[in-house]
Amino acid sequence: MKTAFYRIAAGLLTTTILGGAAQADVKVGVLQSLSGTMAISEVTVKNAEMMAIAEINASGGVMGQKIVPVVEDGASDPAIFSQKATKLVQSDGVATVFGGWTSASRKAMLPVFQRLKNLLWYPVQFEGNECSPNIMYSGAQPNQQIVPALSWAEQKGYKSYFLIGSDYVFPRTANLILKKHIAKDKLAVTGEEYVPLGGTDFSAVIAKIQAAKPAIIFSTLNGDSNVSFFKQMSAAGLPTTKLPVMSFSIGEQEAQAMGPSLVKDSYASWNYFQSLPGDPNKKFVAAYQAKFGKNAAITDPMVHGYLDVYVWKAAVEKAKSFDVDKVRAAAVGLDVPTPMGVVKFAANQSLYQPALVGKLDTKGQFAIEWQSKGPIAPDPYDPVAFPGKVCKLH
Amino acid sequence: MDELPLIAGQVFNSFSVASLFVLAALGLALSFGLMRVINMAHGEMLMLGGYLAYLVFLVVPGPLAIFVAMPVAFVGAALVGAGLEMTVIRRLVARPLDTLLATWGVSLILQQAARNIFGAIGVGVTAPAWLNHTIAIANGPLAGLTIPATRIFIVAVAVAVLGALNLLLARTRIGLLVRAVNQDREMAAASGINVRQVDLGVFCLGAGIAGLAGVVLALLGPVTPNVGQSYIVPAFLVVILGGLGSLVGTMIAAMLAGLVSALSQIFVDVSSSQVLVLLFVVLFLQFRPQGVIAVRSRALDG
Repeated sequence: MKTAFYRIAAGLLTTTILGGAAQADVKVGVLQSLSGTMAISEVTVKNAEMMAIAEINASGGVMGQKIVPVVEDGASDPAIFSQKATKLVQSDGVATVFGGWTSASRKAMLPVFQRLKNLLWYPVQFEGNECSPNIMYSGAQPNQQIVPALSWAEQKGYKSYFLIGSDYVFPRTANLILKKHIAKDKLAVTGEEYVPLGGTDFSAVIAKIQAAKPAIIFSTLNGDSNVSFFKQMSAAGLPTTKLPVMSFSIGEQEAQAMGPSLVKDSYASWNYFQSLPGDPNKKFVAAYQAKFGKNAAITDPMVHGYLDVYVWKAAVEKAKSFDVDKVRAAAVGLDVPTPMGVVKFAANQSLYQPALVGKLDTKGQFAIEWQSKGPIAPDPYDPVAFPGKVCKLH
Repeated sequence: MDELPLIAGQVFNSFSVASLFVLAALGLALSFGLMRVINMAHGEMLMLGGYLAYLVFLVVPGPLAIFVAMPVAFVGAALVGAGLEMTVIRRLVARPLDTLLATWGVSLILQQAARNIFGAIGVGVTAPAWLNHTIAIANGPLAGLTIPATRIFIVAVAVAVLGALNLLLARTRIGLLVRAVNQDREMAAASGINVRQVDLGVFCLGAGIAGLAGVVLALLGPVTPNVGQSYIVPAFLVVILGGLGSLVGTMIAAMLAGLVSALSQIFVDVSSSQVLVLLFVVLFLQFRPQGVIAVRSRALDG
């Protein structure tokens, strides 16, 4: 009788403790395209975000609480991103969301986060021109990727530019910025073409490129279109070894998926390359490859997704709260060590980060051709294209 | 006149686009025209052909792998088409709205199956070396025009398929049966023709041709689970524009759609050219609702 009583008491006590501990969990949303035309780029960003969450949980969690990720698929469709974001914040009650890639998806999610007062950490380079208190923009602003890439091209002596992109807000705005800068520097834009997102027929565009004979192509194509573009360019006698292409949405992952020989000698501009030297990066690459395969490729958005989770953790611990406004305020100016080195967010909720230009080799890795002299202060409003506008969030 | 190579290039591109439309639409024309079956899973036959080509290229080395891939894709897609016909379509003959819904469901199942088996990220087929070059015209008024060999191959495949289909329908007994059922189903059945077998055969043939289209498509871009969705709408447009039940009409409609699409892309961007193609189809059907070639057949009345 007595032993039975003690057993029952012990059982109840354990359940209460465990039950109590299970309540001290914090949910976060991970919202990327796991299917559709952008899956080629976004699935690995989800992997990096999940790895950061697992590492943080292994070392004690955030303020002693375990992070429980809720993963959703945006399916490369901005409407679905908006729906899933609403579901994550309203039904799942997540403290914050890490996700998005295309600017179309971010624009669709923006009203959700503003209305429901939650926080989105956006890890991808984009066109700027946005200043929302509910988004932490860790991806490159135009003055951290697009404009430095143009300066590099001008220094190398390229005088005629052909602009090609997928047909949505990021390529259109990026090309607007490029055109204004190219005109200011008195160089030529010999063509500007758009192909629908996911489009695969480039016959007309290639005919126009052949007619225009540019010195270099600046490409803001996203997703599967890149594969078709490079394949058809190569079939038309214009491989990347003959006509250089500077891509703004191709990283090591896309190069590997396409086959590095297809994009050999083409250029890209990011804030991070897998070939970046330094111990923090080597450790990160080794950890990722141990988990996801020794040939796994690491891209700039993956690293931004990864560091977003760590910055959120650091900001929460500094603010001692999960409250969105407190976390945002705490994140500004907070130094956090990352594979890219020590980074911090500026008052406009964007990252200070350097710009790099790299050239693809036959193994799908980038040889760094040029770096900016140290981190560039982020500016969402390009001074030539959108003069006079300022983003002040803190 | 250095616009001439651009225009000539686009005229050639229109043939290439038309070839893709024809290959995608022929199967639909056969099943829609003959059986009044709206097969929304037709795009997935293309996807299947593309994936089969990818698998063949993995297993068969060498430059002639594509000639192995084509019959494999044809037979594979035809078999899946047979399965679809015997399980779903057969039970819903002469109920177009029900077949539309049922085949839409099958299309979703096939897309997700492809996602599960091959992954959401597309797979790539590398064109063999003998196709991977261009033909450049250096002299004469068309100087500067370059034509990729892959596109010439696509046009050649479409012409070959059209020729073979024409021979099949005009000169063989099977073709005679198909034409009879197309003209008047009830009389053909009354004459002792096994109409259900003809239906099955035609459906398989249509699916097989779509599989061939998938192989050809794999040369141009990645094969993804969504690739069928990009071709189902143009395929339906071409079938309706061409006139239900007419294969020659389908061919002419594909050429028209290809021309409008490729030539408009000289002046406007790709998104706007898609709008123009749709506008063209809408306007054409306003003036000629029966399509390019009106088939006078009692089967159409009722």
